[in-house]
Amino acid sequence: MKALMFGWEFPPHILGGLGTASYGLTKGMSLQPDMEITFVIPKPHGDEDQSFLKIIGACNVPVVWKENNWDYVNHRIGKVMHPDEYFWLRNGINYNFNRIHTNDLGCIDFSGRYPDNLIEEIANYEAVASVLAHQVDFDIIHSHDWLTYPAGVFAKQISGKPLVIHVHATDFDRSRGQVNPTVYGIEKRGMDMADHIMTVSELTRQIVIEKYHQHPNKVTTVHNAVEPLPDVESFTKTERKDKVVCFLGRITMQKGPEYFVEAAARVLQKTKGVRFVMAGSGDMMHAMIDLASKRGISDKFHFTGFLKGRQVNEMLAESDVYIMPSVSEPFGISPLEAMQVGTPSIISKQSGCAEILTHAIKTDYWDIDAMADAIYAIVKYPAMYKSLRELGRDEVNNIKWYDAGLKVRVIYDSVL
Amino acid sequence: MRNICFYFQIHQPIRLDRYRFFDIGQKHFYYDEFQTEERIRNAVEQSYLTANRTISEMIKSSNGKFKCSFSISGITIELLEQYAPEVIDSFKELSKTGCVEFLAEPFAHSLASVFDGAEFERQVKMHSDKIELLFGKRPTSFYNTELIYSDEIGEMISKMGYKSTIVDEAKHVLGWKSPNFIYKHAYNPKLKLFVRNSKLSDDLAFRFQNMSLTAEKFIQWISEFPADEKIINLAMGYEVFGVTQPAYTGIFDFLKALPYHAMEHQIGFVLPTDYAKKTEAVDSLSVPYPTSWVGNDKDLTPWLGNDLQQEVSKKLYNESTRVNLSKDKPLLNDWLCLQSSDHFRYMSHKDAYGTNYETAYDAFMNYMNVFSDFLERLDTQFPSTIENEELTELVTTINNQEKEIEKLENEIKKLKAKKAK
Repeated sequence: MKALMFGWEFPPHILGGLGTASYGLTKGMSLQPDMEITFVIPKPHGDEDQSFLKIIGACNVPVVWKENNWDYVNHRIGKVMHPDEYFWLRNGINYNFNRIHTNDLGCIDFSGRYPDNLIEEIANYEAVASVLAHQVDFDIIHSHDWLTYPAGVFAKQISGKPLVIHVHATDFDRSRGQVNPTVYGIEKRGMDMADHIMTVSELTRQIVIEKYHQHPNKVTTVHNAVEPLPDVESFTKTERKDKVVCFLGRITMQKGPEYFVEAAARVLQKTKGVRFVMAGSGDMMHAMIDLASKRGISDKFHFTGFLKGRQVNEMLAESDVYIMPSVSEPFGISPLEAMQVGTPSIISKQSGCAEILTHAIKTDYWDIDAMADAIYAIVKYPAMYKSLRELGRDEVNNIKWYDAGLKVRVIYDSVL
Repeated sequence: MRNICFYFQIHQPIRLDRYRFFDIGQKHFYYDEFQTEERIRNAVEQSYLTANRTISEMIKSSNGKFKCSFSISGITIELLEQYAPEVIDSFKELSKTGCVEFLAEPFAHSLASVFDGAEFERQVKMHSDKIELLFGKRPTSFYNTELIYSDEIGEMISKMGYKSTIVDEAKHVLGWKSPNFIYKHAYNPKLKLFVRNSKLSDDLAFRFQNMSLTAEKFIQWISEFPADEKIINLAMGYEVFGVTQPAYTGIFDFLKALPYHAMEHQIGFVLPTDYAKKTEAVDSLSVPYPTSWVGNDKDLTPWLGNDLQQEVSKKLYNESTRVNLSKDKPLLNDWLCLQSSDHFRYMSHKDAYGTNYETAYDAFMNYMNVFSDFLERLDTQFPSTIENEELTELVTTINNQEKEIEKLENEIKKLKAKKAK
């Protein structure tokens, strides 16, 4: 079984949960002996782990025919792609994409991020997909998230191979209901054209069915899992006088940071010896700093700014409580990461991961009383902390990408 | 002659209200009266009243041949007195027939027997007093909370003067032995042990509808036991009649038909005390670790299986001595309500039967918040900074102070009289 996957991010250079999920899923699927995955991303950095799949950078795929010699190509992109492959892919150019701005190799410069001209990048990604669809050998197309749906759809139209799309989030989650019509259009068309739709949670599945009018039989939930940390033992918890409660993620409307501040204020009214940390950055950060001082808790409420790589796990491991009060979270992998290092988690019922976790506290995102109560219980009652820590860790260690991969495989087999 | 001995257990918990940590120190009423009342009314209407009426008819029509025993927790009796006194009256009627026996159990349906012998005795006495007050006869047989039993608990039961108790048919205790005999305590032959026939009891309680059980078939099974197996003990919650098995399943007709078919097969009905008195035990049962009547393992894990439950039970029974120094009625009442085994069951991850919480953690948080407030109240009366022994002495001094004053006053009078002379 050969799968051609379109993604947008791949570790180690990631901006959100999409990259982590793409990595985990493909790694889990690669354990199936007959699985061959070609993973396309806009702009690889060359340090991606390619031991279990093949990565193609869209920025190295020629879409306009340019004459170049082997040595020049080797000099330009030899680090990330073999020149022979470049010439082989060049044979797949069947359409005229001269309207697109390309470089001296006939390739498009992708940012690989989420720039202002994102819609243009998505369209350019389509052009790359056409070349790959003509040249690469595959049985099925798998598109991760809306940015890659058009590419997947185009590849399907050219090759006639089935398309499955993987919904990691919808615009309804990102915007609290204020959807962008362009984005909705892209999402809707991708779903209409897909042979099957996978969603990361039942919550998202319902949105896909109700808001995008998809037939329920066409939509299946494949919950995310979490990749085991190889160096989990190296993250330790320092003994401190004060307990630490942490929020970690983009400080945006979707993540519900204001509920965390309000819950913190409730807890601090009644208790001493607890500190609150808001890690991450985002457009609501300043508003949150204001809110914390308005509530008069700034001396106990700290901001760290953006954390990355190891810092994230260190922050999680050092905390006594992790809290994710997301207003709408298609899945939300970070509580699983927190539980992996033994930190009890409080999650909103409006997050997809709540569907598969038992040993985490679930509250409504707006229920700051319940949230404050849960924080209080975990920091004050040792049995609560111990149970959540130990049983939570066991639970998360049993949620494996391999199993998620098997579910994806069943879907592949059903559309072939 | 073969006999059937029925045990009907009645217990309805007092439900806790949602109690947040910021209520600690602010609000001292912990209960959700609406839910508690609704549940008890529901049980009364669907089960207790109809079942009592059915049993009363059965006793009459069988000329007193049908007999059964009841174990009603003290907390439930109080709830019934408050919300459904007609049920108490109907039990009094039943009691007058002489064909029912009321058994003793810990007042609060608590796990005190496992943790705290003194508290256990206190509660059992309280319960027996209450039963005697209501029905005019002091219980002589014992039915522990959730049929929890071990050699140690048996010893306490016997010491308190009860002649028999019932244990569940736990494979690791009975081994090849049949439950259909009378046994005795491992080293105290005075205490007779009845063993619940768990297959037949559960057939009736949980599988009645699915098995489309009939009285004829049921009695037929009983009659097919080997001839020397003389006593079949059937113990279940009373709400099996009408709630677990709703009236439309025909459970009441089943009950009504039992005596007729039993007589056909020369099977009688007995009460625990009578039967224990006139029957010799065939063997002793040794139960080193407590057993219960729940699950396949018949152990205490549904109440004390995880860290949450263990922490709560430890914290709770640590306070027993201090609480019992108090004379504060509301505090003592809360102390009892907080001991109900139900609260512990709701904290089970696997087997939170009857819970009103979404998760075990929810149950734990709520309970601990309530308990924290309870502790604060207790602390204002008896500071935890003072050792228990010292506290006891202080309390004795305070209690004796009136006598002391009286004594001294008398002395003053005497001296004054002397002086006057």
